[in-house]
Amino acid sequence: MFVLAPEHLPASPPAPHSREAAGGSSFSRSGKWGDRLFHGTALSFSTGILLLTGGIGASLWRNSSLSRHAFGWKFLVGRVWDPVAGQFGALPFLYGTILTSALALLIAVPLGVGAAIFLSELAPRRLSDIMSFLIELLAAVPSVIYGLLGIFVLVPLVRQFLEPVLGKTLGFLPLFSGPPYGVGFLSAGLILAVMIIPFIITVTREVMLSTPKLLREAAMALGATRWEVATTVVLPFARSGISGAIFLALARALGETMAVTMVIGNTPVVSASLFSPGYTMAAVLANEFTEATGDLYLNALIEIGLVLFGATLIVNALAQLLVWSVKNRGGRR
Amino acid sequence: MPPSTLIARPSISISTSLPPPPPAAAAPAKPGIIIRELNVWFGDNHALKNVSLEIPDKNVTAIIGPSGCGKSTLIRALNRMHETTPGARVEGRVTVHGEDILDPEADPVLVRRKIGMVFQKANPFPTMSIYENVAAGLKLNGLAKGFSMEDIVEESLRDAALWDEVKDKLRQPGTSLSGGQQQRLCIARALAVRPDVLLLDEPCSALDPISTAKIEELILSLAGTFTLVIVTHNMQQAARVSGKTAFFLLGELIEFDDTPKIFTNPARKETEDYITGRFG
Amino acid sequence: MTLVAFDSGRYRRRKLFGRLAFASTALCAAGVLSALFFILGYLWVHGISSLNWDFFTKLPKPVGETGGGMANALVGSAELLCMAGLFGLPMGVFAGIYLSEYGHNRFGAVVRYTTDILNGVPSIVVGIFAYTLFVLPMRKFTALAGGAALGAMMIPIAVRTTEEFMNLVPISVREAAYALGIPRWKTVVFIVIPTAMRGIVTGIMLDFARVAGETAPLLFTAFGNRYWSRGILEPTSSLPVMIYTYAISPYEDWHRQAWAAGLVLLTLVLVMGVLARFAVRRPATV
Repeated sequence: MFVLAPEHLPASPPAPHSREAAGGSSFSRSGKWGDRLFHGTALSFSTGILLLTGGIGASLWRNSSLSRHAFGWKFLVGRVWDPVAGQFGALPFLYGTILTSALALLIAVPLGVGAAIFLSELAPRRLSDIMSFLIELLAAVPSVIYGLLGIFVLVPLVRQFLEPVLGKTLGFLPLFSGPPYGVGFLSAGLILAVMIIPFIITVTREVMLSTPKLLREAAMALGATRWEVATTVVLPFARSGISGAIFLALARALGETMAVTMVIGNTPVVSASLFSPGYTMAAVLANEFTEATGDLYLNALIEIGLVLFGATLIVNALAQLLVWSVKNRGGRR
Repeated sequence: MPPSTLIARPSISISTSLPPPPPAAAAPAKPGIIIRELNVWFGDNHALKNVSLEIPDKNVTAIIGPSGCGKSTLIRALNRMHETTPGARVEGRVTVHGEDILDPEADPVLVRRKIGMVFQKANPFPTMSIYENVAAGLKLNGLAKGFSMEDIVEESLRDAALWDEVKDKLRQPGTSLSGGQQQRLCIARALAVRPDVLLLDEPCSALDPISTAKIEELILSLAGTFTLVIVTHNMQQAARVSGKTAFFLLGELIEFDDTPKIFTNPARKETEDYITGRFG
Repeated sequence: MTLVAFDSGRYRRRKLFGRLAFASTALCAAGVLSALFFILGYLWVHGISSLNWDFFTKLPKPVGETGGGMANALVGSAELLCMAGLFGLPMGVFAGIYLSEYGHNRFGAVVRYTTDILNGVPSIVVGIFAYTLFVLPMRKFTALAGGAALGAMMIPIAVRTTEEFMNLVPISVREAAYALGIPRWKTVVFIVIPTAMRGIVTGIMLDFARVAGETAPLLFTAFGNRYWSRGILEPTSSLPVMIYTYAISPYEDWHRQAWAAGLVLLTLVLVMGVLARFAVRRPATV
């Protein structure tokens, strides 16, 4: 038998109904400092995240003050971006961001949802798992690699093939007018589409798989084919989740920098033609930040960063709301 | 360790083939745990109602009753594990060897070092070897200063009747053992910190009959050294291992007496109904 | 009495439509997958020939000259990733611990939500923040600023992974520890975290993989360097930035090196990602 560090025991037995007799209980630890310290450390790091995120917003706000006071709301609608003359209007970047993102969504959503339907409803499970895994890998490819392929593969393809063809067939539309530069809104939209498809597929598939088994089986028991189950039961159920996926993809597209700046031509113009070179908010930040001379220039750029921050914030918040609400209604299959 | 003659299975009609009572119950027992007017609430649910009970020292006491009668709540209150459930509230007094464990000044951590617990499903620490599992309580509490950890581990495993089976594989993961062995490992782990009291919450309910028998044998052998409280839904088990039995129903203590009396001649009708299988 | 076709024409149409749907959606999925193989294949073909000993050991040659390598970029990337880990992981992991152990309250919900917001901030905006925090006051580009930007980007994934895998540790393990009289903090540090460690480590690997390819935040924090960086208070070269700089340049030789660098970067990122996912098969998260 061994003896542990002896605990102090009270000398007399306690009176059954008075708590006072138990004073000096051998059960009191002099300091719960271990627990308190640990809790405190974890708490402070968590608070640190709040401070960091708030700090980003605050810092963007503060460091764009010169530009905000100089231009006010006109900043967002000004068409002229002329650093030399001190004229800063962000419209070309807003326009380019919205145009390229919209184009990307237009291409990516049908393709992505279609692929997701295949993976969640129609394909055998084993194949679906392997393909989904590979598609998740696609999401891991860095933006600059997409840009690399964009410059040397996509742009020549667009310039030599896609734009001439579109120009010949649909050239009467202002959308497809103008010379085939290769670099421009079209290429940027295309490459963005490729980049956001994996997100759409992954999230849509996840959301669709969380359709309650009961609903599926109800449709199957009525004799529906797999495709019909998908369209009549799963898609409606997953509708808000799919919208959420789209918003998430949009948020990603808004902030995409490298691949876009490598294929968009980096020219601040507002043009109706997809063939035209253009600019986005993220791209101008990437290009001009290091060359910003003067405080106003820098402030204007940071203000663009502020707009970008705000836009992605709103879009992400909407997305989380939509996806979260679906996940809570269903459960994993 | 007294050899056990109690492994033979009595039939359901308890009154006819009751095994002889464990020897420890014959001597007059001084109270180890005094429970006075204990009430436990989980939110609005009044789980234990005015329970008063004196659990004898260095003896085995069984707590029986149908599901939901509060037996798990009681045993978890005895080492303040009820506090891990949010919304738990307690009133009353529980004294263990003269110390009030429900005193707000008392640190639950220290209470639990003196009052150990074995759970329904064996829960050895997944990342630790057999050796490390047994040593865990001591190591993390810095309690084994001046003593050889290996000696302590061996002694605890012997006390838990597991040493012979694992002495050659102490470095293997705790989870590599069978269910019954894992449960004995958990008992060894609990014993290693030398608690005054060992609480067992339906320790055999997930085990096969042979492992159950081994653990019952173990419980009897520990009875002279520790105070044991065992919750069980198996009445034969209660009859086999305990000196006194408490019967609970809907959060209230219905009857508490020597085990033979409870099972052959219960005073209350509810007790009789339960042990003859009319409900539960 | 046949069970088939009350209206066999209609049924055949439905089946046909189903088959068409199968084919077209399969095409979508296959098309997306082909992009992955195309990327890998193209990088391999164009990059492998330029991967030689020089690439890994030599410094870049002056503008216009051929040859040279990206040794400083490789080291620079490693340096930045180390700093990112130092900045981001403690905060991320501890916040994850907080959320799992103590965070089932309003404050925890706020932290979770804010972490998601942080995750959604575009990397270039994080770069701006690091710029205003480090580069402006110090009046120079530093690896420190780059490391800080990348570190901030590592936080959300670290938080989510840590919380998720700690939550997976069953209550029974914690109860076993409490019943032994082990204080709460020791239970978390010595029992719960080791049990969750595998998942947490793979999550951290994925985190590094994601941040290794980031270019935008480095453009005006670590900036770039044609030579060896002499310390964390100097600008430093990095693999992604080199790829970008070389790709947009007019020099053929630089393009060639960009392909090689792209191949190296993609291989590293994908290998880390694949290893991590095979080590622990976890449910996909948004």
